[in-house]
Amino acid sequence: MTDTAVQPAASGKPGFFTTQTMQKAVAFVVLVALLAFFSAFASNFATGANMVGIMQATAVNGVLGVAVTFVIISGGIDLSVGTMMTLTAVMAGIILTNLGMPLPIGILGAIASGAFMGAISGAVIAKLKIPPFIATLGMMQIARGLALVFSGAKPIYFNDTPNYGLLSPESSISKLIPGVEIPNGVMIMFIVAIIASIVLNRTIIGRMIFALGSNEEAARLSGINVDRWKILTYAICGGICGIAGLIVSSRLNSAQPALGLGYELDAIAAAVIGGTSLAGGRGTVIGTIIGAFIMSVLTNGLRVMGVLEEWKIVVTGVIIIVAVFIDIVLRKKA
Amino acid sequence: MTDEPSAVPLVEMRGVEKSFPGVRALQGVRFDLRSGEVHALMGENGAGKSTLMKILTGVYQPDGGEIRIDGQPVTLPTPHAAQALGISIIHQELFLMNHLTAAQNIFIGREPRKGLGIFVDEAKLKRDAAAIFKRMKVDIDPGAEVGHMTVARQQLVEIAKALSYNARVLVMDEPTSALNETEVEHLFAVIEDLKANGVGVVYITHKMDEVKRIADRVTVMRDGQYIDTLPAAQTAMSTIIQLMVGRELADQHRATGTGTAEEVLRVEGLNRGAMIRNVSFALNRGEILGFAGLMGAGRTEVARAIFGADPLDSGTIHIHGREQKIATPADAVANGIAYLSEDRKHFGLVTGMSVRDNVTMASWRRFLSSGLFMQDDALGKVAEEYVRKLKVKTPHIHQETRLLSGGNQQKVVIAKWLLRDCDILIFDEPTRGIDVGAKAEIYRLLEDLAAQGKAIIVISSELPEVLRLSHRIAVMCEGRITGELDGRMASQEDIMTLATQRSSAAA
Repeated sequence: MTDTAVQPAASGKPGFFTTQTMQKAVAFVVLVALLAFFSAFASNFATGANMVGIMQATAVNGVLGVAVTFVIISGGIDLSVGTMMTLTAVMAGIILTNLGMPLPIGILGAIASGAFMGAISGAVIAKLKIPPFIATLGMMQIARGLALVFSGAKPIYFNDTPNYGLLSPESSISKLIPGVEIPNGVMIMFIVAIIASIVLNRTIIGRMIFALGSNEEAARLSGINVDRWKILTYAICGGICGIAGLIVSSRLNSAQPALGLGYELDAIAAAVIGGTSLAGGRGTVIGTIIGAFIMSVLTNGLRVMGVLEEWKIVVTGVIIIVAVFIDIVLRKKA
Repeated sequence: MTDEPSAVPLVEMRGVEKSFPGVRALQGVRFDLRSGEVHALMGENGAGKSTLMKILTGVYQPDGGEIRIDGQPVTLPTPHAAQALGISIIHQELFLMNHLTAAQNIFIGREPRKGLGIFVDEAKLKRDAAAIFKRMKVDIDPGAEVGHMTVARQQLVEIAKALSYNARVLVMDEPTSALNETEVEHLFAVIEDLKANGVGVVYITHKMDEVKRIADRVTVMRDGQYIDTLPAAQTAMSTIIQLMVGRELADQHRATGTGTAEEVLRVEGLNRGAMIRNVSFALNRGEILGFAGLMGAGRTEVARAIFGADPLDSGTIHIHGREQKIATPADAVANGIAYLSEDRKHFGLVTGMSVRDNVTMASWRRFLSSGLFMQDDALGKVAEEYVRKLKVKTPHIHQETRLLSGGNQQKVVIAKWLLRDCDILIFDEPTRGIDVGAKAEIYRLLEDLAAQGKAIIVISSELPEVLRLSHRIAVMCEGRITGELDGRMASQEDIMTLATQRSSAAA
């Protein structure tokens, strides 16, 4: 949540219906409408098992979406989030399975390696002045290649780390509250989203990211060390990709080195559907999470209705264009 | 085809009116151009020269008045229509496609075709371009890429392009601003040739000696009005300057006092390419130092260099008597230097962010708890305080700054630097885009700041503004400081004389 929603309008804060809250509201309404539509017309949709499936499917894209939201708000783009996720999963596999180290080290290793690679992308962009699109296109291939090299192009299984399932398929919360079968991976996504939201709205990191994305030159001329904050932004993005890597490999109980391509586009789509502006300076984490849910509800719902898999891809494309069009219309009104 | 200057002028503009929201840019302006003459158009920045020429070239539509070509009334709804009548303009910034060749640029959109009109006849393209260059007596390879040429040669390509449209009227907007001596001579030779061929040239310039050299007549404009047309050869430079600045300033408020003797900033021997040449000056506590000069004189460049926004070739910067290395804006800010750009929307404000965030932006690090979390309540309080102090008109501190008026945006930027404790404030065109009432308020604010001990540099192209504010005035021309004047005694004429002093005259 942004601070607009938390504080009462009476204190002189802008009203509730800012463009950003509007965009989130629109995304939320679309999500509810989709849920209602599929519940009404697809008989097997509104079942507990199917809902868990939808959430499972959302977790990875949601976390990657949050990662890329940071970068997009800062006025950049990161095409490497998908293969970066794979590389970090492979790193976890090497640490846990090949080196036999304890789980916490594996978790830290995955996140740290993502942050490190992200920082390299950020440095290339900030110091070498290479456009983010190109720099992260390069990083996408570098991460993909490294994942294959490090793993020997073979999956790494986590059979020696029995607790690895805690990172995704298991549902710890069902032990506390019986009947609530939310997988841990989804809970992790929500925790990541909450922390990310706090970082973006309450800390100097977030404030800098918004300033960079809104007007980098003005920020520079205000004496802000733009390069350093840019590098940090990409490092945060990479670190969150590490979390996605842990979730996806936990669900598959293996690090699959060939996985990852295409995930970056879904993540960017989730952010865009959720109202994050590719021009930078605008966006919310909650919007991105809603965007990720819209995508997986759509995919799942169409599948349950028996629509061909291929058509679902077409519909997703249409949704992205419509979402951006709504964004443009709302912004003109504001 | 040498025409004698005939009775019917080539171009005749009468009673031309043009208003923009809030400004009467042109009021009953007249102008005429004969075939085979060079007619200089002079006036201070904002006198209306460019607006008038934009009307002649079909860019703007006049609100009133009449334009005749060869005695026939015409309308010029588009630049294309003007071109069809033989009117072309060479802009100060050239509009060429850098990756195309000279020939391709000249005939862009009108390429000769072959093979059922599918293919461009590159050979003919080159031949035609070569023919035009030959007519101009210039030596340019039609197949050379424009991006690799000097500005002078690019300009010649633009002129060739105009001639390819059979231009009879050629408007040149400060054509020598980026040329060296030899290139200027070369350009003048080309212009003489055009004259001989009956082309009428409108020559917009600030440089007196060029007018003497090349122009047959001079028309002076001031504040959107026609002032006078004079023969160039028989008119004294001082007369032209006087006509340009016009209004007497006897009753105008002038700066009082001189600041203190405590030196805050001293720069020595700054150099950066052709834009900053051996610039040295000092600034004292409590002083307002005005930087006057014409557009492109290098004033903004000096400010940006001192602020660390652009790298210097050589020179030293001393703050409070100690030499400091300033390589980035962050270094400058750490030394208490603030730069307030004329282009607030691009360089001063983050327009999508709130008043609070903009005011506090340069000081965010001071408002952190645990080194990470923004203390938004404290930010709000301090922003409220500065909004009150500087009388920023905003419904609340959470208003996005893009929704504020120009004057209030400027105050937000000022607040940002005051909060950051900067004591050297460099204002670049502090009242650009600000209405008259708010201007007076900004002036008072600057005077208050100086009285409180801030050291202030004001770069301004408006002479009355420089004279109104400055204790001391540095005048720049072509990257050099050509003179320093006492702000309490200087006249507009003094400034204009220094501002138009060419380097060749000084050397």
